[in-house]
Amino acid sequence: MTGDDGHRTADRDGAARWYDDAAGPVVRPYAMTRGRTRSADGSELDLIAVVIADEALAGPSGAHVLADRTLSPEHLDIVEVSRTRPQSVAELAAGLDLPVGVVRVLVGDLVDAGFVRVTRPVPPAELPDETVLRDVIDALRAL
Amino acid sequence: MTPTRTDPVPLALKLLVAGGFGVGKTTLVGAVSEIRPLRTEETLTEAGRPVDDLAGVEAKRTTTVAMDFGRITLRDDLVLYLFGTPGQDRFWFLWDELAQGALGAVVLADTRRLADCFAAVDYFERRGIAFTLAVNCFDGADRYPESDVRDALDLDPGVPVVMCDARERESVKHVLVSVVEHAIATGVVGHRDTPQTLA
Repeated sequence: MTGDDGHRTADRDGAARWYDDAAGPVVRPYAMTRGRTRSADGSELDLIAVVIADEALAGPSGAHVLADRTLSPEHLDIVEVSRTRPQSVAELAAGLDLPVGVVRVLVGDLVDAGFVRVTRPVPPAELPDETVLRDVIDALRAL
Repeated sequence: MTPTRTDPVPLALKLLVAGGFGVGKTTLVGAVSEIRPLRTEETLTEAGRPVDDLAGVEAKRTTTVAMDFGRITLRDDLVLYLFGTPGQDRFWFLWDELAQGALGAVVLADTRRLADCFAAVDYFERRGIAFTLAVNCFDGADRYPESDVRDALDLDPGVPVVMCDARERESVKHVLVSVVEHAIATGVVGHRDTPQTLA
């Protein structure tokens, strides 16, 4: 039993709660995601999933994206950086100084809107043979 | 015929760099990365107390973890990412995500504090992730024969042990090559579809 009003309010079913249980305490970075901590489809993007904003999706010079008034400045930053060169989720987070979790949600929005596409990394177990790994060794030696 | 022009999408592979706090993980990543070691902040919601009291809010805690990573573009269509794992034990739960789909790992060790890498060795052994034990030869630290290090850590005979200098690019390249070779030797590729034959 708790005699604290705050707890009772939060516990009560049907109370207006704009965060879900997974959200934890509200932290500032997630204001950019409007409090969401995962993508709409619930999937988690790998740190090395590569985000591609090619012209077919983002429009010439990202025109399609810029025309969308529902997007945040951070969404636009992600598209802008990825247009120049495909970027991994980790690179986007570091380059734009955003938490990885935030980048995941924002990229999820952009995928849903059809402005970027994402390639999921191939786990080593799914590589057809070791040719690629031999190439990795040769390229490392040649660096 | 290609209907639309699309940018070449590189195949991305990842290696992990683990080891105790201050053993030189950031230095190692920086020695080979073409970008300065970037630190990504991962904001995590971890379960705090395993109780369902209060509103659920108080039972969770948000932690920010710094993670080093670097990039090596091997070819236009092939990129290797290095991830330095968080050194503090309380962030172990983050390793599972990093380890997912990893090609292999470097466990960096300091012979003055060998026990600091026990946890990492144990972690990769349990998950069957190929790793190379790289001894960072700090100035002023005593040098031990490879066999002593192997014995002290009770490593499987197949695990490569390499002496290295985490500051030196050539030395780190050698360590990374060792990891990939070991990954090939342990059958990291295509083992899902290959029928296992028992000798």
